[in-house]
Amino acid sequence: MATFNLNINGKKQQVDVDADTPLLWVLRDHVNLVGTKYGCGINQCGACTVHLNGVAMRSCMLPISQVGEQAVTTIEGLSENGDHPVQKAWIEHDVAQCGYCQAGQIMNAAALLKNSPNPSDEEIEGAMAGNICRCGTYVRIKAAIKTAAAG
Amino acid sequence: MTLVKTTYNRRSFLKSTALAGGGMVLGFSWLASCKPSAEEVLAMPKEWFDINGFLKIGENGVVTIMSPNPEIGQNVKTAMPMIVAEELDVDWKKVIVEQAPLNTDIFTRQLAGGSQSIRQGWQGLRMAGATARRMLMEAAAKQWGVPVEELTTEAGVISHKNSGKTAGYGEVASAAAGIPVPEEVELKDVKDFRIIGTPRKNVDGKKLYTGQPLFGLDIQREGMLIAMIEHPPAFGMKVKSVDDSAARAMSGVKDVFTINSLPEGIEKQWSDTNAFPELVVVVAESTWQAMKAKKALRIEWERTGDAESTAGHAAKLDELIAKAPAEPARKDGDPEAAFKNAAKVIERTYSAPFLAHNTMEPMNFFAHVTDEKAELVGPIQTPEFLEKTISAVTGLPLEKIHIDMTRMGGGFGRRLYGHFGVEAAVISQKVKAPVKLVYTRDDDMTQGTYRPGYKVLYRAALDENNNLIAFHVRGAGTHGSPIFANRFPAGAVDNYLAEEHSLDSNISTGAWRAPRSNFIAGAEQAFLDEVAEAAGKDPIDFRLELFDRAIKNPVGKDNDYDAERYAGVLKLVKEKAGWGKDMPGVGRGVSAYFCHNSYVAQVVDVATDGGSPRVKKVWCAVDCGIVVNPEGAINQIEGGIVDGIGHAMYSAMTFKEGKPEQSNFDKYRLIRINEAPAEIETHFVESDIDPTGLGEPSLPPVIGALANALYKATGKRVYDQPFAMGSAVLG
Repeated sequence: MATFNLNINGKKQQVDVDADTPLLWVLRDHVNLVGTKYGCGINQCGACTVHLNGVAMRSCMLPISQVGEQAVTTIEGLSENGDHPVQKAWIEHDVAQCGYCQAGQIMNAAALLKNSPNPSDEEIEGAMAGNICRCGTYVRIKAAIKTAAAG
Repeated sequence: MTLVKTTYNRRSFLKSTALAGGGMVLGFSWLASCKPSAEEVLAMPKEWFDINGFLKIGENGVVTIMSPNPEIGQNVKTAMPMIVAEELDVDWKKVIVEQAPLNTDIFTRQLAGGSQSIRQGWQGLRMAGATARRMLMEAAAKQWGVPVEELTTEAGVISHKNSGKTAGYGEVASAAAGIPVPEEVELKDVKDFRIIGTPRKNVDGKKLYTGQPLFGLDIQREGMLIAMIEHPPAFGMKVKSVDDSAARAMSGVKDVFTINSLPEGIEKQWSDTNAFPELVVVVAESTWQAMKAKKALRIEWERTGDAESTAGHAAKLDELIAKAPAEPARKDGDPEAAFKNAAKVIERTYSAPFLAHNTMEPMNFFAHVTDEKAELVGPIQTPEFLEKTISAVTGLPLEKIHIDMTRMGGGFGRRLYGHFGVEAAVISQKVKAPVKLVYTRDDDMTQGTYRPGYKVLYRAALDENNNLIAFHVRGAGTHGSPIFANRFPAGAVDNYLAEEHSLDSNISTGAWRAPRSNFIAGAEQAFLDEVAEAAGKDPIDFRLELFDRAIKNPVGKDNDYDAERYAGVLKLVKEKAGWGKDMPGVGRGVSAYFCHNSYVAQVVDVATDGGSPRVKKVWCAVDCGIVVNPEGAINQIEGGIVDGIGHAMYSAMTFKEGKPEQSNFDKYRLIRINEAPAEIETHFVESDIDPTGLGEPSLPPVIGALANALYKATGKRVYDQPFAMGSAVLG
């Protein structure tokens, strides 16, 4: 066990965990931020996507020892009132079915739009291909990203 | 209006009326954990008045409606309360929805399966709303001294036209709670619906998109430990010995032991399918510590049964479909003679592999079992069965077991089989602490309960005028055949033969979204496409001819479909897709299928654009009776289409020496956004027939339409799923 000082959603936090604990499990088990989801544990499904210094990052294989005091943003901290353009677009398009993967989809989409405010279909597909939606809401995800880009 | 006797859930009304005897009743204790977010502008009432088991009304007119059935992504948590709200005649904006716990005193069939929640809940939900509305009106009538018949309601307000008096539901809720439950109630006419049939957004949407804890895996409790399991690495194996010395020495590890979650002699439910009741369990303080300890276990396994392989399954299925079973499942006319006299015979075989459900949220459950009672919280499609098995295994009576259902990160049939809930209870009872059991993705994917592998042989006979004179289907599958002997084209062909074989296996199988239909529809619809082609007919015209026969002069009496509604969706999709028009560079395929009491027809357009074929657009026509929530309904249709295309193209679970060869998404391929249809257009048949299934019916037929479109786009027929496996063209 070791002590780590973290910067999560703009808040300094200290946790006492094994140094190899992935960021995902620190968020879920130790700082009570369960919006970031576990899906595969091997960077294949995207359910655990967070932002590290504003860049979309899988958290399930990222040891906490490598995070340091870099800025971590989770779905809970993406916007103050749940009104990030991507979140609003997700509501407008009623994207979710089961909803489990959607936090990861939203975090990835928000990072995409930051880098490319008006992405083409190909860009959207390229950026979002790492995020599995088992319910098959892909048509709505793409439409919502376009709405968020236009808005 | 339709007058209906209040026979449904009578117990629930009696019970809640008794509860409400004192006039005021405080909200249920579990309400506290479900506070709406600040964004929901509704002011919470100071007091709640229980009107019946389905709903309570606050003094300010805010209404809480319980959603009785488990939510797996099929959106019943929005649709079921909409039905109650409709008959209650309340403003949807003033409704708070809460997931009901398992409560067999109040609710019936709290189960997510078979696309039946809305169909079977329909009458009871309407009655719950209508009964409450009537009680509110009676309370107002009493207060105003006017006959109740003179009152009207709209959007949560009761009006008396003659006197000009009005009252919000909240104002009379206290009095209404003491009104006797009416013997019969009026239900609205379909034409008067204000909520049903209008698009309403997912009631959990905002919470989902801001990361609120809604799922089983999100449960956190004081003193809660994390449990993880190791099951045998292959089917036909069990635990021989465990060396847990390394695991026990690791940080945070509390205990390591083995359990049997289904001991001999207990009464089992149908949902207790489980190839691995014996498990090695690690209990630790945190998830990561448990995961690491799991890897440090040194377990010796021993073989107890056959080491099956995918190649072995294929050989056995081939053997089965090469021979006739002793008895046919259905036989009309003289198929043998018809095939002998045919001008043309078309014969094809189709196959599909085992599939894992792969819900995005892996199996998990929270349990806190003490000597006196058990509290369970988690994702389960069959809470009532789970409760019974937990009672049998823990020795606690049913009334001492409480089950709360969380929102589920996908179901697809997987969570009908609640072994993980039983395991959590057994583990909690053993360690005497609250426990959350968590499966890793690998544990989940290699546990079994798979969609069975299937193979089917089709034969069709055409006469010299290209009329279909005989049809033969012989299907085989693991733990049961995929055949529905009385579905189309039974009833549309004079000479018909359906035959079934079942292959035994120690690999456990279970219901997977649209069981059996998820294979047989695609095979049948691809085969009919070839038969139509051999007959020189347009594939839609060919099918419509058969439906025409089944409408005018059906063969046999047990036909399990309405040929007019079947033809109806086909005609609708034909019109909407502009079938028959020239589409350069696009291969078009069509299909139609009936399952879960609903009719679906689809046209799939595949474009190659110089590269791998890609589904460009899917048109879908659906007849599922009344559509409760068009927004959610279209989403379900789209999801079924993507799910069907994805699994037919890319997914397979294979076995070697009893061991699943795929255990995570690096090897098990699921459809991704860049492979999904670019566009899906859904049309519903306008109907005032009571609603039927919606969560499953769009999946089965799309596999046939896809196969037929791929043929038009590439010139090659596909017979064996997954279509893209080993195909340089479709890859």
